[in-house]
Amino acid sequence: MAATATREEIEGRVFEALEEFGAEPDAISPDADFESLDVDSLDLVELAQIVEDEYGVQLKGEDMEGVKTVRQAVDLVMSKLG
Amino acid sequence: MTRSVVITGVGAVTPLGVGARTLHERWSAGQSGIEDGFGRASEFEPKEHLSTKEVRRSDRFTQLALAAAQEALEDAGWDGEPPYDPDRAASVIGTGIGGIGTLEANHIILRDEGAERISPLSIPLLMANAASGVVAMKHDLRGQSFGTVSACAAGAHAIGMAERIIRYGDADAVVTGGSEAAITPLATAAFGRMDALSDSGISRPFDRRRDGFVMGEGAGILVLEEEQAARERGARILGYVRGYASTSDAHHLTAPEPNGRGAAKAMELALKDAGIEAQDVLYVNAHGTSTPLNDRSETNAIKTALGEELAARMPISSTKSAIGHLLGAAGAVEAIATLLALRDRIAPPTLNYEEPDEGLDLDYVPNEARPLPNGDARAIGLSNAFGFGGHNAVLCLEAS
Repeated sequence: MAATATREEIEGRVFEALEEFGAEPDAISPDADFESLDVDSLDLVELAQIVEDEYGVQLKGEDMEGVKTVRQAVDLVMSKLG
Repeated sequence: MTRSVVITGVGAVTPLGVGARTLHERWSAGQSGIEDGFGRASEFEPKEHLSTKEVRRSDRFTQLALAAAQEALEDAGWDGEPPYDPDRAASVIGTGIGGIGTLEANHIILRDEGAERISPLSIPLLMANAASGVVAMKHDLRGQSFGTVSACAAGAHAIGMAERIIRYGDADAVVTGGSEAAITPLATAAFGRMDALSDSGISRPFDRRRDGFVMGEGAGILVLEEEQAARERGARILGYVRGYASTSDAHHLTAPEPNGRGAAKAMELALKDAGIEAQDVLYVNAHGTSTPLNDRSETNAIKTALGEELAARMPISSTKSAIGHLLGAAGAVEAIATLLALRDRIAPPTLNYEEPDEGLDLDYVPNEARPLPNGDARAIGLSNAFGFGGHNAVLCLEAS
């Protein structure tokens, strides 16, 4: 599963998670930044847990540093998937 | 100049419904919120009161506190932000156990799925100070914020501390009360194992057949303000926290001291703190748990504190007969019930009271509400709250 996840799939799953966290669905886009979505550090830890569950990718605290937008988060997962 | 403390808003979520006045009206009408042996806040739907994020970010005990705080602040006429310097607005909210539902759910995940699967939100949700912190965050209360933890006296302790904070001059307003959501498998089983819970599932304080308390859940929040500041902003004043006192039985981990020594002392000291004579009290809202031990020792305490003669004619009733025992929320919810009863000059009833017990011979206002003396008399009442650990906290309230 991990090796075959496409960018679209990962992005879709991240969007879904952000909506669960309480972000406004209309505001969620690849370029949206987490601050404007009211997504904070605790949400990002949960997001990392979801990504690990679904794609087997481990995201550590230092990986998440500097990740400010949805696109950057998806890029990070894609890079870890290699 | 002495600073005095007024109550400008109240909010409650209880087994009798959402709303402080709903609690007062339904209890006064003799309705019960207990079903199948539990007092669940079944009319409370978190998403009707909180955003998706707030629901995810809070244990049920915090959700109950947030909803009750919202009601209390609207009732006080706070329009989205403190009508004071936020640095001088505080938050003190008690709980018996805190987020035990979160703790239990995550312990199951730990056992079955491993440490990696635990929610990173576990600690911030389960911590006993979460309600106080989250309410402060939502309403921009930047003064003191903390939880009080004294089992079933926690809500009353919180209000007492809040009153002291204002009187001492550390804040001009405090959002205070108590919250509890402990109808969970572990808490229910544990209270059951210590024989504290009612086998019959009936809350009947002071009745000969009482056999333990009925677990309830909910929250009660009050907005307290310094009187002069409240008057200057044109606030409507519901009443006053006139006095508060707290003592310890120093006797037993769970059982009250049989003569009610510590409880009586707390009642006496609360009156002394208020500068009010016992004969000026119109009504006593008892802790009245429906356990064999509490109701006997509390009866003794009331006789000691008020004197036999005054105690014999004092209307005394237990809110727990209608909603069960809200543990750390009880003292706050019952302070609100006391205040609203005093405002309406009514003693709400002790439900299910039918058979007197030997030695429990006070006027428990059985089954039907009764008018309190009206006219010129000040509407002063006492609200008792006692907790495992031997904690006693008593509030002396006056309705305006």
